[in-house]
Amino acid sequence: MGRLLEVDNLEIKFALRFGDLTAINGVSFTLDKGERLGLVGESGAGKSVTGFAIINLISKPGYISGGRILFQGRDLTKMSYEGVRQIRGDRISMIFQDPMMTLNPVLTVGTQMIETLLAHRNMTVRDAEAVSIEKLKKVQISSPEQRLKQYPHEFSGGMRQRIVIAIALLTGPELIIADEPTTALDVTIQAEIMDLLLGLCESENMGLILITHDLAVVSQVTEKIAVMYAGKIVESGPTERIINDPLHPYTRGLINALPEVAEPGTRLNQIPGMMPTLTSIPKGCSFHPRCDYRLDVCETEDPEFIYLENNKRRVSCHYWKNK
Amino acid sequence: MFAFIVKRVVQSIFVMIVIAFIGFCIKHQIGDPVRDIVGISVSAEEREALREELGLNDPFMIQFGRFLKNAAQGDLGLSYFFKKPALEVILAKAPATIELVLVSSLFIIIFSIPAGIFAAIRPRHWFSRFMMGTSIVGVSIPVFLTAILLIFVFSVELNWLPSYGRGETVNIGGWQTGFLTIDGLIHLILPGIALSSIMLPLFIRLIRSEMMEVLETDYIKYAWAKGLKPGRIWLLHAFKNTLLPVITVGGVQLGIMIAYTILTETVFQWQGMGFMFLEAVERSDTSLLVAYMVFVGVLFVVVNTVVDIIYGLVNPMVRITGRK
Ligand SMILES: Nc1ncnc2c1ncn2[C@@H]1O[C@H](COP(=O)(O)OP(=O)(O)OP(=O)(O)O)[C@@H](O)[C@H]1O
Ligand SMILES: [Mg+2]
Repeated sequence: MGRLLEVDNLEIKFALRFGDLTAINGVSFTLDKGERLGLVGESGAGKSVTGFAIINLISKPGYISGGRILFQGRDLTKMSYEGVRQIRGDRISMIFQDPMMTLNPVLTVGTQMIETLLAHRNMTVRDAEAVSIEKLKKVQISSPEQRLKQYPHEFSGGMRQRIVIAIALLTGPELIIADEPTTALDVTIQAEIMDLLLGLCESENMGLILITHDLAVVSQVTEKIAVMYAGKIVESGPTERIINDPLHPYTRGLINALPEVAEPGTRLNQIPGMMPTLTSIPKGCSFHPRCDYRLDVCETEDPEFIYLENNKRRVSCHYWKNK
Repeated sequence: MFAFIVKRVVQSIFVMIVIAFIGFCIKHQIGDPVRDIVGISVSAEEREALREELGLNDPFMIQFGRFLKNAAQGDLGLSYFFKKPALEVILAKAPATIELVLVSSLFIIIFSIPAGIFAAIRPRHWFSRFMMGTSIVGVSIPVFLTAILLIFVFSVELNWLPSYGRGETVNIGGWQTGFLTIDGLIHLILPGIALSSIMLPLFIRLIRSEMMEVLETDYIKYAWAKGLKPGRIWLLHAFKNTLLPVITVGGVQLGIMIAYTILTETVFQWQGMGFMFLEAVERSDTSLLVAYMVFVGVLFVVVNTVVDIIYGLVNPMVRITGRK
């Protein structure tokens, strides 16, 4: 299996009036061809910023201040604008969180599909239309020929997310980055969309980066998990290992907070406290103020990664280092 | 779409009745049709007889009903000064004003769209800052001052452009047009610029701010994520969405421009409705003033209806449901 993506020591800053704030601090992970990775963590952990950074699309005033993003061996951070544009929407597709806001309200679904193909392929509108119809069928949209002529507001939320998935499939990408693709949908539809996405990733052998704070979804869909906290990855490894035997106290907290884990009739086990904002990240381990396993060194020293289980897992925690 | 048009027409009729009512009140209060017809050298008894004959002693609402009925048939009363039907006087002057407004609108559209888009996508560029600065100045200089400045620079000092009148015009089926001769077009330049001087900066600012808002939306970010070329994202994806609020405001502003024609036409001695209006004020030609008001009201309603229809064409949501 070839290496598809390698994010190496990524650092992202936001240039604000009073100085630069570091939002992502030394994030590294890899993805093989056809592999699925879940990026989890609480709100504000930096999941979306990391996802968008891969296609060099961080919203202003954010910028990549360090590290490398190797996609099929080429460093996207050093590529020309046109080079990155040719990869976006072609080799790497994105699926956004809220399908009600993702499609342009004044353009037909057909226009928004065909333009994507024409931006990357030298083909006629008629051929692009045929490909679009084929992909709409793949996401189980009925009578796709008529659907192409309709506007987004004529579709339900679930249907729109299917269309967005169809757009992602148009060019046969190697990687899909899905930023909370089901959080904005009805609970009943969430599972349908997730199943559809998983099935397509498997059948088309596409890599997936699934950004979510729902560990339950991640455990069903992905092969690997990276847990993010305050701009860093604190633990990563095979999904099954992390879910069954979490090491980092933060990961443990996330798993204990799952409704399935709590004793019936008791309150959910929330992690006490809040994630720090970018301006107030504590010294030492950023998680130490909320940590039950806190040691003295946690307050002063940033923990290094410990590699475990044949280097397949890593965790950055003083508690495990000293064990 | 059909329901949409019916609704617009009903609204328009209501607006027209309100305008007619205000016009009629003015006429009823300050106008004296007897003076308009016979002058001041006629005895009191004869006047009274004439009043009775003309129905001027009837109750207010009956007179208003008669006024509406006549107005619906195109009879807006007699102009005291011209001794002709007021509508006829106005229709003879309307082409000059309409052509002036058209030229100004064209200036505004041609310049505000590229300028507004540029300022939105390059807000920090020196040219954008320069435009934002000058547009504030532009908005705050009164139209008549701009007009006088333009005349001073381009007519008096440089002697490049004519400063008054419409120049050579051609009569096409009763419409005196300045569009078909070079001289007529040259005469349109300065008044056209003067009339657009307030709206142009306003539109640049409006397009800029609306477009900047659109550029922040998810669907634009998604368009970038699809790898579309920047030109397509700015000019199609973002601009088409920017247009919706701009059209709404634009329709109203176009109507307001008719008010500014009064100033512009007076400075440039432009023989249009605005010029006629000021003359009618000086001559206390009440019928003509009221007729002007009603006519401009109709124009306003027509323009707004057209604007709404254009809005409906741009916005797919209107076409289906028939709501705004
Ligand atoms: N445009 C911006 N300007 C300044 N800071 C920003 C900007 N966008 C994001 N951030 C900061 O970057 C950090 C990471 O944000 P990000 O959107 O990646 O979080 P997330 O993990 O995706 O959370 P969520 O679950 O809420 O989507 C946050 O602390 C946020 O405040
Ligand atoms: Mg996010």
